Amino acid sequence: MTEQGLIQPRRKRRRLPFALLAGSVIVAVLVILVLLAKLIAPYPFDQFHIHDRFSPPSLKYWAGTDEYGRDVFSRVLIGSQLSLTLGISATVVGIGLGVPLGLVAGYRRGIFDELIMRSLDLLMAFPPILLVLLILVVTPPALMKTAIAIGILSTPYIARVTRSVTLDLMSAEFIEAARARGERDWYILLRELLPNIWPVLMVEISLRVVFAVLLGAVLSFLNFGVQPPSADWGLMISSGRAFVDIAPWISLAPGLAMGVTVLGISLAGDGLRELMDPRLRGQR
Amino acid sequence: MAYYALKRLGAVFLILIIMSLVIFLSTHALPKNTAAMILGHYSTAETQAALEHKLGLDQPLRIQYLRWASGVLHGDLGDSLVMNRPVAPILWRALANSAVLAGAAMVMVSIVGLSLGVIAAVWRGHSTDHAIAIFTYLGLAVPEFYWGLVLILIFSTTFHLLPSSGSGSVSMGFGRYSSHLVLPVITLTFSLLAHVSRLTRSSMLEALDTNYVRAARARGLPERQVILRHALRNALMPAITVLAQNFGFLIGGIVAVETVFAYPGLGQLLVYALQRLDLPVMQAAVLMMTATFCITNLAADLLYGWINPRIRYGGGVD
Repeated sequence: MTEQGLIQPRRKRRRLPFALLAGSVIVAVLVILVLLAKLIAPYPFDQFHIHDRFSPPSLKYWAGTDEYGRDVFSRVLIGSQLSLTLGISATVVGIGLGVPLGLVAGYRRGIFDELIMRSLDLLMAFPPILLVLLILVVTPPALMKTAIAIGILSTPYIARVTRSVTLDLMSAEFIEAARARGERDWYILLRELLPNIWPVLMVEISLRVVFAVLLGAVLSFLNFGVQPPSADWGLMISSGRAFVDIAPWISLAPGLAMGVTVLGISLAGDGLRELMDPRLRGQR
Repeated sequence: MAYYALKRLGAVFLILIIMSLVIFLSTHALPKNTAAMILGHYSTAETQAALEHKLGLDQPLRIQYLRWASGVLHGDLGDSLVMNRPVAPILWRALANSAVLAGAAMVMVSIVGLSLGVIAAVWRGHSTDHAIAIFTYLGLAVPEFYWGLVLILIFSTTFHLLPSSGSGSVSMGFGRYSSHLVLPVITLTFSLLAHVSRLTRSSMLEALDTNYVRAARARGLPERQVILRHALRNALMPAITVLAQNFGFLIGGIVAVETVFAYPGLGQLLVYALQRLDLPVMQAAVLMMTATFCITNLAADLLYGWINPRIRYGGGVD
């Protein structure tokens, strides 16, 4: 297995994994759609068309209309902003908490490491959905609060990856060199370790974004997340449930959009992992 | 091993105690006054005070917690504020319903997930392999409840084959009873399939690449026997671990799936209590789900150690 890389021509080894290409294309298109959502959407997301309630998909309404005659396609487009905002901000919260904790745990070792990692283990021991539900029930719902709650749940995973990468890097020559130069701890942490953690962390980050988008959808489906009349995907699926027999497109369209989003991000993450771990190449 | 098991069991108790504190304190951090919530808009300060006294809400938090905790330890979970009945019987019935659902889903995931993983490994790189990868990916790409909805649309609304919601009782006969289970079980299975099948596939690939499999082939054993006897047996372990871990995911997924199918389990009970702020039911349901989650995780780890004696649980637990 190990010699394989030596025999292969260089050009072939450098080729990007298909999953990474496909995933990045999907994510790029999504980002453009999210940024230009207001321009592309044919109607305002909350405009009623009373005469066109429950219209099936047509040229006028690409994905049909809902129980108030609102254009489902426009709502799905605008909803992408909510979903991705939630996914990204929850992950940012998780990174903001998890990366420093993981760095310190891996760098300091000893009692710091034990304390940090054991308390994060404790956090992982609770069923994730229950913690978020509790937080959302006792305080009035808001998008950012959902994001923070999900971000806290992501912290242990991000901290674990950060810590293990830090432990690996600690024996690297450039860290020894920095130490020999007499650099301070914070310099080594921020300028030497941190930049080298990102590549590996990207895979975990893609998983966390997916986790946040899906959990956010479950929460708003259960009516504990974003509140109506927001065009949130989970909420749209939930309110379309009542009309699934006469107007299935109300629920199906946002789910389809979510599926494509999650697929794109997961593919990109899988591709990244493949790119970084050459042993995986050829297995898929 | 025994020491490790005891240590882990201790951790489970610690988690449950912390969780009970979290539940208790968070329900007391509710934005609105509990008594005012129960009595509604037209209550007066006096009636609220009277109800608070009756529920013991006017006592210090410390005493309220101890009273609740000792009640829980004695099996007394209090009365539901909304349903006006003791919580315990409601909780046990919901737990039994959820256990049936989760158990059936686990059996399905094991059978289907393992088979798909083995088939994908044997046909590695072929279109069969890709088709299985895409199929299992689909289960991951959207939340469980979405496929539940799609299944309802196909099997209940369009073809009227299966009931879309509720649960039957055993007295209605096995057919009627299990017909209510089919769609929720398929939904849960589909959402868990990817983990199991992909892991089985990769550990099968590893096993198929070993010398003992090569030796078995060289001896001229039929391919079926090589795959099932020699490769699968050795590839099974990681798959079993991930199956056990999936049980934890299942508990999360069950909340949404039970809501979609209006299945009277623990998840639906929890959502019901959360929406109506029925504190005793909420506390009991959350505690019960946490306990189940911790115990299944513990069982998974112990099972792993038992199956694979190479893993020695000692100093560092990771």
